[in-house]
Amino acid sequence: MTEPRDNGLDRARTLSRRGLGISVVALAAFAGVCVLALGFTPVEARQGLAQKIFYLHVPAAWSSLLAFSIVGIVSILYLWLRDRRLDLFAESSAEVGVMFSVVMLTTGPIWAKPIWGTWWTWDARLTLTLFVFFLFVGYLALRAAIHDPDERARFSAVLGIMGLVLVPFIHLSVYLFRTLHPQPIVLKPSAPSLPWEMLRTLLASVVTFTLLYIGLVTTRYGLALGRRARETPDAA
Amino acid sequence: MADSVRLAVVIAAKDIRAELRNRTALLSATVFAALVLVIFYFSRDPTAVPAIVLAPSVLWVTFAFAAIVALNRAFTVEREHGAMDGLLLAPVPRGAIFLGKYLANLAFVAAVQAVTLPLFVVFFNVDLGSALPGIVATAALASIGFVAVGTVFSAMAVRTRFAELMLPVLLLPFMVWPVRWAVEATARLLDGRPLSELAGWLRLLALYDVVFLTLCIMIFGAVVDE
Amino acid sequence: MPSSDGALLEASDLHRIYGAARVLRGVYLRLTPGDAVAVVGPNGAGKTTLLRILAGLVRPTAGEVRILGRRLERDDPGARRPIGFLPHQSMLYDDLTIRENLVFVARLFGLANPAASVRRALEELELTHRAGDRPRSLSRGLLQRAALARALLHDPRILLLDEPFTALDAAGADRLRSMLASRLAGGAALVLVTHQLSEAWDLATRVGVLANGRWALEVLREGALVDFAPRWEAALHG
Repeated sequence: MTEPRDNGLDRARTLSRRGLGISVVALAAFAGVCVLALGFTPVEARQGLAQKIFYLHVPAAWSSLLAFSIVGIVSILYLWLRDRRLDLFAESSAEVGVMFSVVMLTTGPIWAKPIWGTWWTWDARLTLTLFVFFLFVGYLALRAAIHDPDERARFSAVLGIMGLVLVPFIHLSVYLFRTLHPQPIVLKPSAPSLPWEMLRTLLASVVTFTLLYIGLVTTRYGLALGRRARETPDAA
Repeated sequence: MADSVRLAVVIAAKDIRAELRNRTALLSATVFAALVLVIFYFSRDPTAVPAIVLAPSVLWVTFAFAAIVALNRAFTVEREHGAMDGLLLAPVPRGAIFLGKYLANLAFVAAVQAVTLPLFVVFFNVDLGSALPGIVATAALASIGFVAVGTVFSAMAVRTRFAELMLPVLLLPFMVWPVRWAVEATARLLDGRPLSELAGWLRLLALYDVVFLTLCIMIFGAVVDE
Repeated sequence: MPSSDGALLEASDLHRIYGAARVLRGVYLRLTPGDAVAVVGPNGAGKTTLLRILAGLVRPTAGEVRILGRRLERDDPGARRPIGFLPHQSMLYDDLTIRENLVFVARLFGLANPAASVRRALEELELTHRAGDRPRSLSRGLLQRAALARALLHDPRILLLDEPFTALDAAGADRLRSMLASRLAGGAALVLVTHQLSEAWDLATRVGVLANGRWALEVLREGALVDFAPRWEAALHG
């Protein structure tokens, strides 16, 4: 009778520890990427040194979108399989994701102001990240407002799926707006015409952020499993 | 399938009959919309921009807020005396319950819009002219979509302590987009632009409607069934 | 082809967990036509949860409920049809009259002749004279009768009643007992949760004592209530 409980707690602890390990590696890699970006990557002609924040900016946006997509996909799985652990995983992804989107939303304006003279633009990346942030906040607010764990899991899953379906519409809308209102030409960082050194640094940063995402979510998920194992002594 | 539609109509008819009896929610939402219009009117700078330029934004922000106020009615009413249990006990597919609540909400929102639009014309002294049918069609297209999403979210919000706060937080990220497209279309209609310039926005609205209405019908059961 | 071998309702190994609390820990129940099970037990024993699971409103964490052989599940709304459930609340809409409330239910259940069914239910519960009133204007006893009319409108074969005698005076309780008895004679089955076993003693064919989420005692109802009380005590504290 006590065996399953001990296994659950042990497994959770292992997961958290492994997650922390990955996160530390990712942070070290991030330090490496910073060195790479500052020391071994050419300075961009038009935008100068301030452009370097792009190597932090784009991957953070990518990570928050990744986190959100995973919340959506795991939500579908939850409604299908009804395994509570899926709900805990989605929650972990949302908490990590909201953090990444906050990073993106604060670094974005810091970068934009010196280069474009404006704090904000409604380009695809910023708009999407802003809305992903709002959706995350709504998701976490809803979870905080529902006390029954079953109901919380169900409602979160519904919201996660609706949010996932919304994302393509945001894309379409920004695209339609852009084709009808041509924007002044600015550097398009996602264009493949980046020189190899910049592309390499960007990719390294994206990999690092993805690793950081994996590490943080694993840690958070491990913590959630651990708490669940402690709180439900005779449930599997 | 036909049975689901029949049941949806039965539920919608019940809601509409009850609302016509009581009228509190309907009147409150309408008065709210009127007051929002007044606030917009008083807060504009009359020398800066002619009213017709602001018209699409003012109209749509008003429609949006009034809709949010109106949407919580549908499930608050089912909390009294455990009436929701009564719906769930019956051999009614959950999609049909959604459809019924949705249709009632849509009728409700349409009624508020039908009063708000003339009020807007009067307060802002705007001549809609030949744009009127187009504006009505755009309003319908946009409302079909966000009322569907709002119906699902209000079913969830009503289970929290602060439903009136929770619903906007959940719904607005989803509502911003149809409202944005509706504003674009309305602006062009008032400008007398040809239909081809509107087509993109209207198509987006229609796509949103189809996708979210279908999704909401399918997903509603997960909200109400324990 | 779902087989039911005569059973109207078959619930096997029902478990229900709410968060960290195990509310039901393995409950079995089988109802055949004419069965009337009176369920008693201390507060928090899981009686209301059990009833709601049998009614299909709550999904058990484990176990299943079969109604006439069909599993009670989300995707099969028709399986619910034979069930009539009376919770603590009336499930009536304040803005509609009693008659309108009942007609609505009749339409939800797809009854062939809603007006006739409603008229019959109003007559049986002696509510015809108040049918045009709103629920708010009814006394508690009349409201309970209206709630009963609503629950029994579609002639359910399985009746699940949560403390139906509340708010009824002696005459009302007698009328309810004879109503239920005639339905039982007509082939229905019933589960009745009560705090006052004396109200349901004569009607019941079986008595179940639910404690800590499982049957502490589940026996045929025989003899007098006074003789049963010690067995009940023993089951709870033994």
